[in-house]
Amino acid sequence: MKSNRQIEHFVAPVDETPLLPTDTLRVEAAPLSLWADAWRKLRRRPLFIISSVMILLIITVALFPGLFTQTPPNQNCLLANSEAGPTAGHPLGFTFQGCDVYSRIIHGTQASLSTGVLSVLCVLVIGVTFGALAGYYGGWIDAVLARLGDIFFALPILLGALVITQLPFFRENKSVWTVVLVISMLAWPQMARITRGAVIEVRHADFVTAARALGVSKFGALARHVLPNAIAPVIVLATLELGVFIVLEATLSFLGVGMPESIMSWGHDISAAQTSIRTNPMILIYPAIALSVTVLSFIMLGDAVRDALDPKSRQR
Amino acid sequence: MTRYILRRLLQVIPVFLGTTLLVYYMVFALPGDPIAALFGDKQPPQSVIDALRAQYHLDQPFLVQYGIFLKNLFTFDLGVDYTQQPIAATLARIFPVTAMLAIEALIIQAVFGVAFGLFAGLRRGKLFDSTVLVASLVVIAVPTFVLGFVFQLIFGVQLGWAKPTVGANANWETLILPAVVLGLVSFAYVLRLTRTSVIENMNADYVRTATAKGLSRPRVVMTHILRNSMIPVVTYLGANLGSLMGGAIVTEGIFNVPGVGNKLYQAVLRGEGPTVVIIVSVLVLVFVVANLLVDLLYAWLDPRIRYEK
Repeated sequence: MKSNRQIEHFVAPVDETPLLPTDTLRVEAAPLSLWADAWRKLRRRPLFIISSVMILLIITVALFPGLFTQTPPNQNCLLANSEAGPTAGHPLGFTFQGCDVYSRIIHGTQASLSTGVLSVLCVLVIGVTFGALAGYYGGWIDAVLARLGDIFFALPILLGALVITQLPFFRENKSVWTVVLVISMLAWPQMARITRGAVIEVRHADFVTAARALGVSKFGALARHVLPNAIAPVIVLATLELGVFIVLEATLSFLGVGMPESIMSWGHDISAAQTSIRTNPMILIYPAIALSVTVLSFIMLGDAVRDALDPKSRQR
Repeated sequence: MTRYILRRLLQVIPVFLGTTLLVYYMVFALPGDPIAALFGDKQPPQSVIDALRAQYHLDQPFLVQYGIFLKNLFTFDLGVDYTQQPIAATLARIFPVTAMLAIEALIIQAVFGVAFGLFAGLRRGKLFDSTVLVASLVVIAVPTFVLGFVFQLIFGVQLGWAKPTVGANANWETLILPAVVLGLVSFAYVLRLTRTSVIENMNADYVRTATAKGLSRPRVVMTHILRNSMIPVVTYLGANLGSLMGGAIVTEGIFNVPGVGNKLYQAVLRGEGPTVVIIVSVLVLVFVVANLLVDLLYAWLDPRIRYEK
C-alpha cells in the first residue's frame, strides 16, 4: 500500500555539536601506555578481582598442600571406609578405595596447575619464536610454518594426543613432562599463528622504520620494537589456553593416557569415581567441582585481560 | 570464484598427505614393534611374525608402506584389523552413529548458540546479556567429561528423561543426551562469537542505511545484521568439527555409544595400529573436506571473498 501523503519539505533536526570538555585534558601528563591503561581498566573489573583472588588461592593450595590438610592422600586408605560419608577430619567422605576425598583434591591441585603453566610456557617459547620469525622475515620460514600449521590444524588435539601418548617412549616414561610435551607439540602452531599475525601488523609501523633508520639491526628492531608491541594478543591467548590445557590434562588422565598413577590428578579421581556414580555420586562431583572452578578462574581472567587489552572490544 | 575454489581444492592435498603421513609415521615407524606388542609376554613362532609382517606390509621400506596404505585407502580396500575383522565393515557400522551424534550436536550448538547470541547482542548490557555472558563462561569451564557424568546422573538416572547409556540401539532419539553434552561447550563459544559479531555489525554503516531506507526492524536484523554476523560463526563451526571429534571420544565412552570415538579409543589402547591409522585418516579427511565446504560457504556469505581475483 502506497502512502498518498505529500511531503512538502523535510528538515532533519540538526543538533549543534556540543562542546566536549576537551579543555580538561592535561597535556603535560605523560600518556598511559597500553599496559598501564589495561591495568587501570582491569583493577575495576569485578571479573578480574574475583578470578585473581581464586587463582591466588589455587596457587597457594598447589604450593603448600600441607596448609590445608594433614591427611596424606594415599596412605591410610582403609577399604572399611569405602564410599563412607563425611566424618570428623574428613569433610568430603571417602573414595571407593577408602581414601580421603578432600585430601586427594588438595593434593591433586599441583599436577593440574603445573601441567597447565609449564605447557603454556613451552607453547609461548616455541610459538612466539617461530611466529615472530615467520611474520618478520617471511620467506621460507613463513612458508614452512604455514604448511606445518595447516597439518597440525587438521589433526584434532585430543585425537593427536591419544596417538602420541601411546608411542612407546611416552607410554614408558609417563610423567608431568610427557603430558607437557604432548600438549606443547600439538598446541604451539596456534600460538605461532597468532604471533605471526600480530607481528605482521606491526612490522611496517613508523616507529620500526625509524628505529631501523637510526641504525638498529633488523633483529634488534624485532626484539625491542616489534615484539613488545605485538605481544597483547599473545598474552590473551596464553591466559585462555592455561584453562584449556588444564582441561586437556584432566581429560588425558581421565582416559588413562595422561599422568602416571603415582601422581595425584583430578582426572584420575573422576575416572576412578565412575564405579561409585550410582551409589555415591558426590565422590565424582567434588573433584569435578575443583577442576571446573580452577578452569573457570583462568577463563575469567583471560576474558578480563582480553577486554582490557583489546581496544576494539572496549570502544563501546 | 572458480579460481578460488580450485585454489582451495589444491590446498587440501598437501594438508591431507602431511597429516596422514605424520600419523602413519608415529604409529608404524617409530621404535617399538607393533606386531610383537600383540602377543604380550608369549613369543610367537617366527613364521607367524613373518606372515603378519607381510600382511601389514611391515617388511617393506616405510615410504612404500605409506604408499600402499594410501592406495588402499582410496580404493576402499581397508584390509583387516588384528582380530581379522574387515575394517571397512566396522567403519560402515560405526561411522553413521558418530555422524548422527556430530550432526545433532552441531545443530544444537548452531541453532541455540546463534539464537542466544543474537538476543544477547541486540540487548547489549541488559540483564539477559550479562546473565548469558557469565553463564557461558561457566559452561566453557566445565570439561566435557564432567558435564557428561553430571547430565547422565541428573537426566538419565535421577529424572529418567533419557536413557543413561545408548548401547546398541543408537538413533536420533537416544543420542540426544550425548549430543547435548557434546554440543554444549562449543555452544558457549558460538554464543559469544555471535554476540560480539552482532554488536559490531549493529553500528555498521550498511545497517544504518537499511534502517534509513525504512526497512522493518525484523528485516534489518535478519537479513543485514544476522547474515553478516554469521561469517565468523560459520568459520568457527567448521574449525570446531575437530574438537567435536575429540569430544566424541569422551562422550561416546561415557554414554557407551558404539561410534568412531569409542572404537578409536579402544584401538589406541590395544595398540591396533591399522585401525587407528585408518580411523584417524578418515576423520582428518572429513575435517579437511568440511573446512573446504565452510570456506565455500564463507565465500557465499561474504562477497568480498567471492569477487577477489
